[in-house]
Amino acid sequence: MIDDASPAHTGRRNALRALAAGACLLMVRPAAATPEELAVAIRELFGERAINPGRINLEVPRLAENGNIVPVTVTVDSPMTEQDYVKSIHLFAESNPQPRIVDVELGPHNGRPRVATRVRVAISQHLHAIAVMSDGSLWSTAMEIEVTVGGCAP
Amino acid sequence: MSRFGKAWVRLSENPRRGQPVEIRAMIIHPQESGFRLDNVGRPIPRNIVERLICTYGGKEVFRARLHPAMSTNPYFVFYVLAAQSDDLLFEWTDDRGDVATHTVRLEVSD
Repeated sequence: MIDDASPAHTGRRNALRALAAGACLLMVRPAAATPEELAVAIRELFGERAINPGRINLEVPRLAENGNIVPVTVTVDSPMTEQDYVKSIHLFAESNPQPRIVDVELGPHNGRPRVATRVRVAISQHLHAIAVMSDGSLWSTAMEIEVTVGGCAP
Repeated sequence: MSRFGKAWVRLSENPRRGQPVEIRAMIIHPQESGFRLDNVGRPIPRNIVERLICTYGGKEVFRARLHPAMSTNPYFVFYVLAAQSDDLLFEWTDDRGDVATHTVRLEVSD
């Protein structure tokens, strides 16, 4: 009985996957970052401050054909008043050579807690976003993204 | 020689006092990550835009710190509350210390 999940097929598929990943790594000098490196980057920025899930939304394509130019939109649940506003937004790619993507500083003068940009995504992974509020609280979210042709040059 | 090219900034139409104006800003720049190799295997030196600051009537309203994972020709969309008719000044700085600036006029109606 042959089904797709038979060991022979899985083995070949894994080999192909490894080959594809290898081809990408040839172009990328440092090894890809790991979620541990992401944790280090987050600790460098925020120390041991508590990070809560929620209040921030990350919009990325589920599948990106070109990892060199991936549209990303971040919106935060905030009234953007003098008393209650978003101070900064931070974007991370857990499996890029360097996890940090961009840090943006905002304030009540922005009026709308939304920022969009275009980023490089080396391989399929999770992108993370963290918002820092004016009261000092931290909020985060993560989205999975699949990349057909990796941004081998992030 | 600076590797900055043309800057491109667009504002949403008919900005009204007290309402957020959408700002789309892009600058031509290779944003060379430093992780790529040339065709004979030598690393291509890193050259990225590290900072964008936007001021509105002299007051800072947006600041970004960019890392190598930002795409070529860095592009941002953000908002600013229209307060008065004034200049929006954009200043990009790369890791060689080269600077590119661009000014657009924000005309606010009531």
